[in-house]
Amino acid sequence: MLELDRINSFYGRAHILHDLSLSVAEGEVVALLGRNGAGKSTTMKSIMRLVAAKSGKISYAGRDITALPPHNIAKLGVGYVPEERRIFTDLTILENLEVGRQTPRAGAPEWTPGKLFKLFPNLEERRNNLGGAMSGGEQQMLTIARTLMGNPKFVLLDEPSEGLAPVIVEQVAFTIRELKKLGLTILLSEQNLHFAKLVADRAYIIERGSVQYDGTIEELENNEEVRNAYLSV
Amino acid sequence: MDFFVVQILTGLANAAALFLVASGLSIIFGVTRVVNFSHGSFYMLGAYIAYSLMTVLPGFIGFWASILLTGVAVGLIGLIVELGVLRPIYKSPELFQLVATFGVILVIQDLTLLIWGPDDLIGKRSPGFEGVVKIGDQLLPAYDLVLIFLSFLVLGGLWYLFNKTRAGILVRAATQDREMVGALGVNQSWLFSGVFFLGSALAGIGGAAQLPKGGADLLMDFNILAPVFVVVVIGGMGSIPGAFVAALIISELNVFGVQLLPQSTLVLMFVVMAVVLIFRPWGLFGRPEIVGSHGSQGPPEAPLRAFSGRLWLVLAACALALAVVPLFGGNFLQVLLADVIIACLFATSLHFILGLGGLVSFGHAATFGGGAYAAALMVQYAETPMELALLLAPLAAGLLALVIGWFCVRLSGVYFAMLTLAFAQVVWSIAFQWSEVTGGDDGILGIWPSAWASSTTAYYYLVLALGIGGITTLLFMAYTPFGYALRGSRDSALRSEAIGINVRLVQWSAFIFAGMMSGLSGALFVFAKGSIFPTELEIARSFDALIIVFLGGVQSLFGPLAGGVVFTLLQDWLSRFEYWRLCLGLMIIAIVILLPNGLVGVGHWVRGRFGRNADPLSDAEEEAA
Repeated sequence: MLELDRINSFYGRAHILHDLSLSVAEGEVVALLGRNGAGKSTTMKSIMRLVAAKSGKISYAGRDITALPPHNIAKLGVGYVPEERRIFTDLTILENLEVGRQTPRAGAPEWTPGKLFKLFPNLEERRNNLGGAMSGGEQQMLTIARTLMGNPKFVLLDEPSEGLAPVIVEQVAFTIRELKKLGLTILLSEQNLHFAKLVADRAYIIERGSVQYDGTIEELENNEEVRNAYLSV
Repeated sequence: MDFFVVQILTGLANAAALFLVASGLSIIFGVTRVVNFSHGSFYMLGAYIAYSLMTVLPGFIGFWASILLTGVAVGLIGLIVELGVLRPIYKSPELFQLVATFGVILVIQDLTLLIWGPDDLIGKRSPGFEGVVKIGDQLLPAYDLVLIFLSFLVLGGLWYLFNKTRAGILVRAATQDREMVGALGVNQSWLFSGVFFLGSALAGIGGAAQLPKGGADLLMDFNILAPVFVVVVIGGMGSIPGAFVAALIISELNVFGVQLLPQSTLVLMFVVMAVVLIFRPWGLFGRPEIVGSHGSQGPPEAPLRAFSGRLWLVLAACALALAVVPLFGGNFLQVLLADVIIACLFATSLHFILGLGGLVSFGHAATFGGGAYAAALMVQYAETPMELALLLAPLAAGLLALVIGWFCVRLSGVYFAMLTLAFAQVVWSIAFQWSEVTGGDDGILGIWPSAWASSTTAYYYLVLALGIGGITTLLFMAYTPFGYALRGSRDSALRSEAIGINVRLVQWSAFIFAGMMSGLSGALFVFAKGSIFPTELEIARSFDALIIVFLGGVQSLFGPLAGGVVFTLLQDWLSRFEYWRLCLGLMIIAIVILLPNGLVGVGHWVRGRFGRNADPLSDAEEEAA
């Protein structure tokens, strides 16, 4: 469904992604593992073209999206949940959801604030509160909910468990499994193998901007050598 | 009592146009991050277009239809500016957009002159509201009540738009994080065009609505700009309620100020602004600009190349070439070159804080005119000899910069720019209004050099020596420890603080030093011309320096020199034409769009293009290797 073919991305003159290739099939949950600064977020941003890849090709659902502006990529049904969350702090929760709203899409679950409040009950009672007045966990729920308002078929989740309390992490993992059940395809980045094990089918390990390993989660779990080389702190 | 009620109502009525224009500017800035200098021009166009429409559409309905149609027309003009001028340069540094909108001001000024002629136009009175309303024993024009109603209507309408409609919610979201709004599937181009239309339409309606009160003239664009900036800064950038409250404060203050201290009206609003900013640096309803929250535009600045011996040689060769000019060049050439050198010194001093310090000053004319006025006043009242005046004027300008800088360096980015502009306007209004001392609009005349320097050639050499001396000092400073600290503060204030640099102190000192050098150029200017007028303190003068720096290229030390030469010669040549502003404006817009790195950048581009492979991938790999 999503294919990255030898992507090179830069921040200014710093070369971050080196010929990075990966692919995600429809209905899969794929984890992008790696240490801080490995290039996980840059990969996500390159897919959304928030960072423009200087070379290589990105295709989604058989379409070349390498040069499309971010809003057109989102309109094709790619939802992006940024690592920094980027809640609109001056807007209420309902208004935040309104910003993410897109028209219903064939072949994707259709979301309304009502349905999202069932998935994230905490948000409902605070629907008219400002986004800036929420805890980190609530903000993470809101970012995911906001992206779902666009009725995506494919979701990019950048470090969804980062900085959250264990209870909230469980809730995020539950949400991801629910979304998978609804038929969504998910690419998520993680530093934490334990969390990836809870939700992902397959994993890529990236280090210094290129893929070092790919395989199923079970294979990775059994491969102590790779785990020690790339994931141990 | 009745007197106070009427005064308050008059203030409210005066606030209407100010609020409309300021809210438009605020909305545009909030989403696009463009400080639209041409906003005053949209206000002026509103008045002129409404004037023409009202002559065609008579009567009560015609009057209000004209105002509405004016809004649409000016909104469309704003849209044309957005699509034609700003869209190609959204990716460029914000400063380019400012310079481009200044080009738009010049174009609109001449087009308005071309279409409506030079005479002031007196607006027809609003049908049905020609009379006065009696409040106790006081009289109030009925139309004032209409204006008050209109401003509340617009405030309510904007509130509804921004809180109850999807478009409004998107605009508010984009004001905070427009990239994220794009990533959620909203086409930013539409949003940008939309706010430009709305903001310009509001300015146009503002101009149209005040037509029965104030008429239309060609100075409206610059005259509204300073109060509007003050209102936006006091209220907080991007805040509509802020613009409303601030417009009220300023207008009421003006009304009562005229009663109590008629000489101080212009200064008063800046005093209020200074007071507000001391306690609330981001305005009453604003919030701090989070550094980097909107993504820094463009790649980080490359470090300056070491000041090699070759560059000194080039500079020395230029000085030598200029020194032999009087041997073959006539008086005209010497006067022109003296102008060029003065412009270069003025621009280099701006570049010192702007290019090296990252402090974009919109009010650099304050120290230029300040130095010039200081010299002129010393000669006028203390019979100071030229030599002493040339020494003291930079000190006086430095003192002025010390005061202005103390306020300004607390702020950054757009707020810094607006505050410097506002202070420059304070200095201007003192020169303009305090006519007992400064001669007001008539200026100070008869400020000539000492006998030994009175010939054109002698004064040319004096300008050459002091000008080149000043420029060299400024260039040299870039490579002193102080220059490194200044550049470090520009690139990362946080990291500079962490290694023990007092960023504010460094910036303040740089501001003062630049002010002194700018004051020197002003003093050289006044003795060259023999007179000084408040025009040397105007916004347009500050913009001359900005345009020179941008024309030359911000990221190069030699940019202001290249820009100064080209700009002064260009202006000298263009000013012979009747519609020179139009040509200059179009040229500025073309340069900003076509040469985003300035004249010096063209040289770099040529070298990069033909000297070696310009592919960024192989570039970066070469560096890594």
